[in-house]
Amino acid sequence: MAVERSLPTEESVELLALTRELCRDELAPKAAAYEAEGRFPREVFRTLGKAGLLGLPYDEKYGGGEQPYEVYLQVVEELAAVWGTVAEGVSVHTLSCFPVAKYGTDEQRDRWLPDMVGGELLGAYCLSEPQSGSDAAALTTRAVLRDGGYVVDGTKAWITHGGEADFYNLMVRTSDEGARGISCLLAPADTPGLAAATPERKMGFKGSTTAQIVLTGATVPADRLIGEEGQGFPIALAALDGGRLGIAACAVGLAQGALDTAVSYAKERKQFGRAIIDFQGLSFMLADMATGVEAGRALYLAAARRRDRGQPFGKQAAMAKLFCTDMAMRVTTDAVQVLGGYGYVEDYPVERFLREAKALQIVEGTNQIQRVVIGRHLAKE
Amino acid sequence: MNIVVCVKQVPDTWSEKKLNPADNTLDRGATDPVMNEMDEYAVEEALRLQEASGGEVTVLCMGPESATETVRKALSMGADKAIHVLDDGLHGSDALATSLALSKALGTTSYDLVLLGSESSDARMSVIPAMLAERLGLPQLTFAKEVTVAADGGSVTIKRLTDEGYQVVEASLPAVVSVVEKINEPRYPSFKGIMAAKKKPVETLSLADLGVDGGDVGTAGASSAVESFETAPPRQAGTVVKDEGDGTVGAQKLVEFLAGKKFV
Ligand SMILES: Cc1cc2nc3c(=O)[nH]c(=O)nc-3n(C[C@H](O)[C@H](O)[C@H](O)COP(=O)(O)OP(=O)(O)OC[C@H]3O[C@@H](n4cnc5c(N)ncnc54)[C@H](O)[C@@H]3O)c2cc1C
Repeated sequence: MAVERSLPTEESVELLALTRELCRDELAPKAAAYEAEGRFPREVFRTLGKAGLLGLPYDEKYGGGEQPYEVYLQVVEELAAVWGTVAEGVSVHTLSCFPVAKYGTDEQRDRWLPDMVGGELLGAYCLSEPQSGSDAAALTTRAVLRDGGYVVDGTKAWITHGGEADFYNLMVRTSDEGARGISCLLAPADTPGLAAATPERKMGFKGSTTAQIVLTGATVPADRLIGEEGQGFPIALAALDGGRLGIAACAVGLAQGALDTAVSYAKERKQFGRAIIDFQGLSFMLADMATGVEAGRALYLAAARRRDRGQPFGKQAAMAKLFCTDMAMRVTTDAVQVLGGYGYVEDYPVERFLREAKALQIVEGTNQIQRVVIGRHLAKE
Repeated sequence: MNIVVCVKQVPDTWSEKKLNPADNTLDRGATDPVMNEMDEYAVEEALRLQEASGGEVTVLCMGPESATETVRKALSMGADKAIHVLDDGLHGSDALATSLALSKALGTTSYDLVLLGSESSDARMSVIPAMLAERLGLPQLTFAKEVTVAADGGSVTIKRLTDEGYQVVEASLPAVVSVVEKINEPRYPSFKGIMAAKKKPVETLSLADLGVDGGDVGTAGASSAVESFETAPPRQAGTVVKDEGDGTVGAQKLVEFLAGKKFV
């Protein structure tokens, strides 16, 4: 059932209609099979790119859709209700364009942004390392400026689109001053010395490639430094504020997908001579699930609207990411329960949604780290 | 080369269609309206021909107010402008009346090629392309699975789909060509296309603008009318054939059933 949305403009209504059409015709027929095979849907991203869905929040003059986050995120949500891999991919790609769009010079923006948001290219964001996850500022990948280029050595871990992306935002250490010694480089995929390791074998999002990026003397031209030297960590965190809203929207989308499946199943499945939705014990579970989904949507949209109005939204983004992904975990688990044995097998999508929800509690800052962020805001206020 | 592509708004192919008891015509309000699927292929072909040889693509649509959505979709796919024939007097028009209105509307513009889908998913008569060609006195090439326009722009050649394979048919331009699904893969509108479509000109023409007499079209001018209708009876329960163990009884009954219906 289509979600009733309150959208700000006529064009955003049409954008959502286009998104649903793409979901129905391009995503739905492929999702289950690609996830089972662990196959990356590069061609689906191309189709979305042509339709203009890979640069929605960026300026029109660079080829973007110039849409508020309020609209962009609802597109992500719709995608996630059908195929998490694609929704998360759109979110990560959009995040990957952020450093240049926000911190790049005019010249850097003119040169690279149109291709990045134009739909042909796919991006990756490389912050995590094998030994530094939550404590991201402890990263050790080194970049040394030599003859007009940064020579980079180290390993980036857990990189979404690793090996598939066309460009990589590399957070690297340019000095030993902790969080102030980190810089952001925009490296093209064909940078010599940049290679992707064998993809991780994950529990969910199997269609989405996650791999380490190994950098061995990889040379990135100095004009590909985004922002100042030492500004990398604030850039990385600012990108994550927006990224977390994308993850929250993904979570609400897959919870909605699970809820829809559960409700229609509960209307059809009969036990003890009646539809199981007529058992109060079960319908109360559905009622709680539906309430969670609505609350999650309202929360991420409230944070998005703050961002769209230019208000600080970091705390609200952390809250939305925390609440929506925990909610999605609960809702997808309950959706499996509603379907009983049928929920536990791949014939229905709910077990996939459950596996996807689990990842969303971990990525872009674990939910413990979200609490750290919220707590720090409270302490400062 | 200027191309006019005709598009129709129809009830969603997969929806349940109902008749309106007030005048026994299709109840268009009861279902989600969409662009006739075959017409998407015609629009796509027009855009591809334009990409190859330039010119303008004009969308021509006859339909009620809601059909502006279908017009907009064609414009967001990339067509340049549109003519919308909109008049309450057209409600209930049959194929003859539709082809009349479309031919008059074509008279208001200049074109080298008229493209249409070969049928609409609601009426499925497949006669409009032929009727239109006849009214315009132009050659008709139907059921095209491939369209090639000569480099000098003087003629068009199609591969015409038949049950056995295809025929190669050529005509001088201007001409009327109808296309089948095999011809291409229609593009999605892009978000940029959606935004651009808002600024593209749409000319709305009434029966009076076209100089068409109200008595020749609509329910008044229709050469056939639906006297009455009944909803289809609910489907009866099927016959259950039970296999009693050794596997032969059930199989035999199934074979008898199929043979009785002349399926085998
Ligand atoms: C599918 C997937 C895709 C990913 N994509 C990307 C990507 O594209 N780019 C990228 O850079 N990274 C990516 N990551 C990495 C992800 O961001 C990290 O896994 C995450 O930040 C956690 O780091 P970690 O795995 O090292 O866990 P750790 O940091 O080792 O955490 C282990 C546990 O300790 C808890 N913990 C740690 N510190 C604290 C604390 N201060 N207080 C309380 N609890 C704490 C954590 O919450 C967690 O439960 C991806 C991960 C996955 C699974």
